[in-house]
Amino acid sequence: MNMIESRDVRDIARGAAILGAGGGGDPHVGRLLAENMIDRYGPVTTVALEDVPDDAFVVPVAIMGAPTVIVEKPPSGDELARALYAVEAVAGRKVTHVACLEAGGLNSMTPIIAAATSGLPLIDGDGMGRAFPELQMVLATLDGIAATPMAMVDEKGNTVALETIDNPWAERLARSATVDMGCSASIALYPMTGPQARRALVPDTLSQALWIGATITRCRDEHRDVARTLAAELGGSVLFTGKVADVVRQTSGGFARGSARLDGIGADSGSRMVLSFQNEHLVADRDGEVVASVPDLICVLDADTGEPVTTEAMRYGFRVVVLALPCHPRWRTAEGLALVGPAYFGYDHPYVPVVPSER
Amino acid sequence: MHIGIDVGGTNTDAVLMDHTHVLEAVKNPTTHDVTSGIIGALDDLAAGRPFDPQDIDAVAIGTTHFTNAVVQARGLASTAVIRLGLPAAAGVPPLTAWPRRLRLALGDHVYLCSGGHEFDGREISPLNEDELRRVAGDLAAKGVSSAAITSIFSPVNAEMELRAAEILRAELPGLRVSLSHEIGRVGLLERENATVINASLLPVAEQITNAFLKALDKAGIDAPLYLSQNDGTLMDVDYVRRYPVATFAAGPTNSMRGAAVLSGLSDCIVVDVGGTTTDVGAVVGGFPRPATTEVDIGGVRTNFRMPDVVSVGIGGGSRVTLGDTPVIGPESVGFRIHQEAMVFGGSTLTATDIAVAGGRVRLGDPSRVAHLNRTEVRRCQQVVAERVAALADSMRTSAEPVPMVLVGGGSVLLPDEMPGFDAVVRPEHFAVANAIGAAIAQVGGEVDKVYSGQDLDREDILAEASAEARQKALLAGATPDSVRIVEIDELPMAYLPGNAVRVRVKAVGDLIFGGSR
Repeated sequence: MNMIESRDVRDIARGAAILGAGGGGDPHVGRLLAENMIDRYGPVTTVALEDVPDDAFVVPVAIMGAPTVIVEKPPSGDELARALYAVEAVAGRKVTHVACLEAGGLNSMTPIIAAATSGLPLIDGDGMGRAFPELQMVLATLDGIAATPMAMVDEKGNTVALETIDNPWAERLARSATVDMGCSASIALYPMTGPQARRALVPDTLSQALWIGATITRCRDEHRDVARTLAAELGGSVLFTGKVADVVRQTSGGFARGSARLDGIGADSGSRMVLSFQNEHLVADRDGEVVASVPDLICVLDADTGEPVTTEAMRYGFRVVVLALPCHPRWRTAEGLALVGPAYFGYDHPYVPVVPSER
Repeated sequence: MHIGIDVGGTNTDAVLMDHTHVLEAVKNPTTHDVTSGIIGALDDLAAGRPFDPQDIDAVAIGTTHFTNAVVQARGLASTAVIRLGLPAAAGVPPLTAWPRRLRLALGDHVYLCSGGHEFDGREISPLNEDELRRVAGDLAAKGVSSAAITSIFSPVNAEMELRAAEILRAELPGLRVSLSHEIGRVGLLERENATVINASLLPVAEQITNAFLKALDKAGIDAPLYLSQNDGTLMDVDYVRRYPVATFAAGPTNSMRGAAVLSGLSDCIVVDVGGTTTDVGAVVGGFPRPATTEVDIGGVRTNFRMPDVVSVGIGGGSRVTLGDTPVIGPESVGFRIHQEAMVFGGSTLTATDIAVAGGRVRLGDPSRVAHLNRTEVRRCQQVVAERVAALADSMRTSAEPVPMVLVGGGSVLLPDEMPGFDAVVRPEHFAVANAIGAAIAQVGGEVDKVYSGQDLDREDILAEASAEARQKALLAGATPDSVRIVEIDELPMAYLPGNAVRVRVKAVGDLIFGGSR
């Protein structure tokens, strides 16, 4: 990949919804915005992570807020570029490369929008290799890279610049400001040097999203099994096929927590899977045994079409396939698991790495 | 007594009913001219079972006219698309991702204006009344006759849409206006799209309802006319003229509701076998289970609630190749079955011929299929049953036994026992289930709002939403004591502190009979 054109955006969005592991927000409105911005300003130039020069000043971008709000109040288009300029103003340095913070869901689209509107090149990679609910859940945190100076911008023209003592404080203060901004804010954060970016970003995730999206389309045309194809190619495993028998939701602390119970169909008849989620799917439990958990990606696909199903869209009666994909190896280290492992999300079982299915 | 009519692509079905009892049912080919097709159906009903037009309490019609008008981009009004919410949402202007043909049919009159609210009811920017007067001037100059107004978060606060409509109407008294908060739910683009489609259909709604009324008038029927909408409830003529878009997908809904009533089963899997396809849906609590995916209408994405239906290309007209592994469909002779099927003297082997050869039904001339290999015919019937049963099984929501109800003219293809289902019901009048569904539809009201703030109690929120839904059902013509809440859906808004919650409530009730038009 060395360029993103308007016609690539649809597949990237579709693949990103898989990488969202049930969360990250529906990329649809972001996709329309990204297509409009590329149509208006031209294609986005992409740079492989390994080609980022040492003297680069890399700034990832994202939209923070409630997906329900973003589909009702989409951005005006220039917010992300304004957030980049606000970081430049605080840091006293010109941004050379835009990066993706979160390749899963809506935020796969925001760096494309930022790159198109600012004219800056976009790095093919992202901060976490999936979607996570909190700002500090990026590899950069493991490297001690600060989230700030960080800028938040709304469509009305307000800008908030943050300098915080640590990354959880950035998360906390940013979330409060997001609510005041109307539950949606465009953010630029984790400014990095070239060497920092090369270590703290997950490489090739945008081209991976593009590949996944194109694969879904191709599998459907060729009547091939989407979930099994993705599992085989990405080192993952198909965990379960079943019907959603029950969904329980509650909100606490601003997160949509809940669980979905699946009754097995086909080869999984007689078995039961319980998926626990907090915006994203976190734990998959089969007949009382944990078979996959965060930080690996637990992805739910429509059993017929292979389209990703978000935790918000999960409904009684859906027929779905559960697919587990491996996370970036750095998330599997002790320090990685301390930041985003099962214990952080309140589960007392150990992390169970996904076992790749035999090809 | 009341009458239900389903105007389909191929057939116009009509039923005369006494409450839920079918007195007479007829099937006629659909005519190009709306009025004469309805008159023909009414005449046939009267010929089969004479009735005094004065005894008809209501006529309910299900029609695909509006869907077809959009799909074919025909007869649509030149429509202004006005969005209130600048500076927000400017990156995704109205009509983004619309098919070019439909966009051009509407004239591509797009206006982005100030206004709109945040999720909690604060203003994004104030409404600019002068700006709207300038828009009105532009519309007058261009001769635009319909307008769709969408304000950001109008499901939370509709005042700007209402005020904008007031301003435009003051400047342009003849302007037809659709407001998004009356049409759709949270989700700006999908709600706006539905509102634009609705506004463009307003003149079509006027013509069609006039044609229907004229047909009733000619038949001497002076009863209120209702049209079916996608959620299995009815709307009166005034409502259709304001919200024609609500008629979309009424067909499958009617067939499922009709199947439920005919069989007396409020929870069942409905299998509707037509000429080309078999549609399978689930009825839960007397209503079709809604699909949760976004719905495309003529290539435009909307967030309507449509019934969850899966289809397979097997119908009465499906072409068949016999053998060890028989091939059935998806190619079909469709409405030409009465010429092309072997039992009707044609030369194409169809699924209907197999049903006749296998002794499932007596139709046409059975001797014309008597030569077919018995074993191969049986094998073919078995494959049809297995494929439909597998599809039906995929619609089940639990391992609990659930009965299957077979409707539609093509359901004669299927046996009385289906693998995996312990009860298969083939109700009387199965061939006209959708006209019956139209006839017995209820009226309803729906509320979909975002509630926010720490001080709001969950019980209070649900009570307020339920009261509003009940009120909407009463306004739609429900008898007060029959109104009940059929659906409550709460969706906590993710990634936010506080307890903002989106609540959807639907109320339905029986229609008041004996009213006057």
